[in-house]
Amino acid sequence: MVKVQHEDFDAGAEIASMRLSRPDIGAVAVFLGQVRDINDGSSVVKLTLEHYPGMTEKALEDIVAQAVKRWHIFDALVIHRVGTLQPMDQVVMVAVVGAHRAAAFDACEFIMDYLKTQAPFWKKELTGSGERWVEARESDNLAKARWDQ
Amino acid sequence: MHLPASAVRSLMLTLMLKLLYFARLREALGVSNEHLVLPANVSDVAGLMAHLAGRGGAWQSQFDGSTLIRAAVNQVLVASSATIQADDEIAFFPPVTGG
Repeated sequence: MVKVQHEDFDAGAEIASMRLSRPDIGAVAVFLGQVRDINDGSSVVKLTLEHYPGMTEKALEDIVAQAVKRWHIFDALVIHRVGTLQPMDQVVMVAVVGAHRAAAFDACEFIMDYLKTQAPFWKKELTGSGERWVEARESDNLAKARWDQ
Repeated sequence: MHLPASAVRSLMLTLMLKLLYFARLREALGVSNEHLVLPANVSDVAGLMAHLAGRGGAWQSQFDGSTLIRAAVNQVLVASSATIQADDEIAFFPPVTGG
């Protein structure tokens, strides 16, 4: 399941909902991303996330479908917030449920690596010296590329 | 041949592209979306980008190849060689930075 939303979310409740969806789940792998108060040496006061309504949801659903096809997992949840956020706010959550941990860990990392390079979101930071768009990182492209080998 | 106004309107619509611009690109151009009649000599994303660069100014600096721009056709990421046709929704944006 994929959710793109302005509102905050209750990570504990989301994990419980995934965990209790079926009794043969033995592993729940979770990534939770939050806004940092520093980036590239500047203090970050606010972070604004823009997205492409329609395509963003489709891209995330496609990434989840690829993960479910590639690993022995039961399901995956992606929640990504948009709009204006502050340091320590939750930005993104990925939760993967499966029988065993290895597939759940791998699928969770795969989903994050693809999300960061394929899903249409853009971050703009407000720092002490003004606004700036966040630059895409080559390290994210490399992280995604390792799954293509 | 005389066509009723409604038929002319729907004919025009079928020749239109919907263009969307996001993030840094949207700000540089000062436009978030527009409708454009498919130019007769444009058949792929690269051709459309060259057409837009021809508008000059910020359009030229954003679409002349000196700035890294990604494209999506009908909400799917594509290479610049992807073909386009009337009625497509085409989006241009900088490399993504979510997560």
